[in-house]
Amino acid sequence: MLSITHLQKRFGQRVAVDDVSFEVRSGETVGLLGPNGAGKTTTLSMMSGISKPDSGSVSFQGQRVHQDANALKRRVGLVPQDLALYDELSAWANLELFGGLYGLSGAALATRAEEALTLVGLANRRRDRVKEFSGGMKRRLNIAGALLHDPELILLDEPTVGVDPQSRNAIFENLEELKRRGKTLVYTTHYMEEAERLCDRIVIIDHGRVVADDSVRGLYRLLPPSQSVALDLELPPAQELLADLAVMPGISAVQVTAGGLRFDIVDFGAHLSRALGHIAGQGARVTSVKTGQTSLEDVFITLTGHAMRDAPVTEAP
Amino acid sequence: MLAIRALIRNDLRIYMTDRRAMIIGVLVPILIAAFFGYVFGGNGNAEAGKIPLAIVDEDQSEVSRAIAAGLAEAPLVSVQALDRSQAEQRVRTGKVQVAAVIPKNFGAAATLAFLSGEMKPQVEFLLDPSQSMSGLVVEGLFTQLSMREISKIALNGNPVPGLQHGLSIPYIVATTKVTTAQNIPYNGYAHSFAGMTTQFILLAGIDAGILLLMARERGIWQRLRSAPLSKTQFLLARTIATTLISLFQFTLIYIAAIAIFGVHIGGSALGFAALAVALCLLNATFGLMLASIGGSAAATRGIAVLATLVLVMVGGAWVPSFVFPKWLQQASLILPTRWAVDGLDAMTWRGLGLHAALVPVAVLCATATLCLVIAVWRFRWEE
Repeated sequence: MLSITHLQKRFGQRVAVDDVSFEVRSGETVGLLGPNGAGKTTTLSMMSGISKPDSGSVSFQGQRVHQDANALKRRVGLVPQDLALYDELSAWANLELFGGLYGLSGAALATRAEEALTLVGLANRRRDRVKEFSGGMKRRLNIAGALLHDPELILLDEPTVGVDPQSRNAIFENLEELKRRGKTLVYTTHYMEEAERLCDRIVIIDHGRVVADDSVRGLYRLLPPSQSVALDLELPPAQELLADLAVMPGISAVQVTAGGLRFDIVDFGAHLSRALGHIAGQGARVTSVKTGQTSLEDVFITLTGHAMRDAPVTEAP
Repeated sequence: MLAIRALIRNDLRIYMTDRRAMIIGVLVPILIAAFFGYVFGGNGNAEAGKIPLAIVDEDQSEVSRAIAAGLAEAPLVSVQALDRSQAEQRVRTGKVQVAAVIPKNFGAAATLAFLSGEMKPQVEFLLDPSQSMSGLVVEGLFTQLSMREISKIALNGNPVPGLQHGLSIPYIVATTKVTTAQNIPYNGYAHSFAGMTTQFILLAGIDAGILLLMARERGIWQRLRSAPLSKTQFLLARTIATTLISLFQFTLIYIAAIAIFGVHIGGSALGFAALAVALCLLNATFGLMLASIGGSAAATRGIAVLATLVLVMVGGAWVPSFVFPKWLQQASLILPTRWAVDGLDAMTWRGLGLHAALVPVAVLCATATLCLVIAVWRFRWEE
C-alpha cells in the first residue's frame, strides 16, 4: 500500500532521517519505534505529504506521493503528536472544520462527525468546548479529527503522549476497533508495550536509520533464547559468587541489583537448579526469585547498544 | 529571603532572554515621545506646520492689499489668494483650513467705522470645522494687521488723544463652517473615530497574523498541512475571514460612533462602505504579510506593534496630520493609514462625494495587493 524508499531529510547539518526504507501493507498496523529524536515524526511527516524528502520517495499504491500530494492526503488521516484542536471551539465545531478541509459538508459531514465521535466515545460531549476536556479526551478527539474523510491509511504520531493509563486503554480500544474495520495504521511511539500490543510489525528507528523491521515475534528471534532471573538476597552478593556465576554454562549478563543480583539463563530446566545450589553453597540466602521474559527493550538494546531512555533527545524543528 | 531572591533572579532572567521584547519596550516609548515632541515643537528648531490660509480680496483697496501682504509675511500661515468659490472648495476639501473674505469697500467702511464705531463692514471667515484653533489664530492675525493698517490711514500717522478708549475693531466677523453636507454640524468625534478605527483594525490584523504564526507552532498546523489544501486556498480563506471579522469590528465601532456620539456619514455612503472594505482588506493582507515574513509569534509581535504604531502615528490617526511639519505632512501621504483617515474624514464630517473616496480606496487596495503579493511570495507552506 505504502512504500518508503531511501528517505533522507536534513535540518541544517543534522541528518534527521537517513536512508529509511520500509513497506506498509494494506490492513496492517505498523509501529515506528524509537527514542525521542530518532526521526519517527520526520518520517511520518514525509509519509503524510506534509514534508518533502531531500532524497528518496514515498509511494502510495504505486503513485509517488510528492508528485500529487493532494491525492494521497485525501486517503490518509494524520493524528499529529501535538494536539491539533481549537480549544475555544466545541468538539463538533472542530470536526466541522476538519471535515470541511476534505470537502465534506451538510448531512455527509454530520454523519461522519457523529461516527467519529461515537468511535472515540465522545458523542455525548459534542457541544462542549475542547478546553473543558481532560487530556485523554482531547487525545481521543485528536484521533477523531483524522477519521472524518474515512481514510484508508491512518498515521498516528505518539497518540498517547501524556495521558493516564485509563485514557491510554481507551485509545488502544479505539485503535483496535479501527484495525478491526480494516484500516491500515502506522503508529509512532517510544513505548515498547504499546508497540507490542497494537502492532503487527515494528520498524525500529534509531538516529534516523532503520535498525530492524519485523513482526514482534521476529524481533524476539533476534535475541538469544534466554530468560532473566532476578534474585533478592539477604546480604549483598560476594564478588567470588558473581565471578562463579559468570562462568557457569547457560548463564550470562550477571549484574548486581539493589536487592541482590540478576542474570540471564538459557534453559531453566538445565541450569537454574545448579545456579541456585551454588548460591546456597556460597552461604548466600535467597529471599525471593523472579523470572521474566525478554522484552522489546532488550531487543532495542541488542540492536542499538543503548537503552531507549539513554538515546540523545534531539527533536526535529 | 532566599526564595524571594530566587524569584526575582528568575524574573530578571526571563526578561533578559527575550532581547527583542526588551528592545521594543524601550524603543517604542522613545519613538512615540520623539514623534510627539517633534510634532509639537521639539527643541524649537523644527519648522512648524503653517496654517494654509486663503485670502479672498474682493475689496482690492490699499487697506485690504496691505492686510493680505501682512498675512503673507506672517510665519504662522501659508497664504494663497483665491476667489470666493475656489476658497470655499479648498476649505471644504481640507486643502485650506481658513479663508478670509474681505468684502468690497472694506477699506473705506472700516476706516470710517474705526473712528465712528458705526456701520462696520463684515469680514467672513470660512473655516474647516475641524480646525477651530487655526480659525482663532487667523482671526487674531487679521485683527492685528487690520488695526495697524486702518489706524495708519484713519489717523494719518498721528495719534488722536482721547480716542484710544473709544476705538473698537472696525468690522464685524462672521465665521462660516464649511462642509459639503448642508445642515450637518461638525462633530469632533468624527476624526477621532476615523483614526482609532484605523488603528484598531490594523492591530486586529496583527493579531490575525500572530495567531497564524502560533498555529504554525502547534499541531493544528500539521492537521491543516495534511489536508488537501493549497497555499493559495489557505491564504485566500484567511484573507476573507480576517476581512469579514474586521468589517464586523468596523461596523460595530461606527454604529457606536453614530448612535452615541452623533457622527454622521455626511458624504457618500457608498464611498464610506468602499473605504471600510478596502481598509479591512488591507488589515487582513497586512496581517498575512507579517505572518509570512515573521519568525516566531513572539518575535513578530514586537516588530508588528512597532510598525503599526508608526503607521498610525504618522498616518494621522492619533493627531491630525495638519499639525505635522510640512515635510512630514507630505511624507505621510505614502502611508495607507493617512489615506484611510483622510478618506473616512471626507465621507463623514466633510460630507464629500464618492469621488473623494476613490483615491483613498485605490491606495488602500493597492497596498493590500502589495501585502498579499509579499505574503504569497514569502509564505512558508512547504516544510
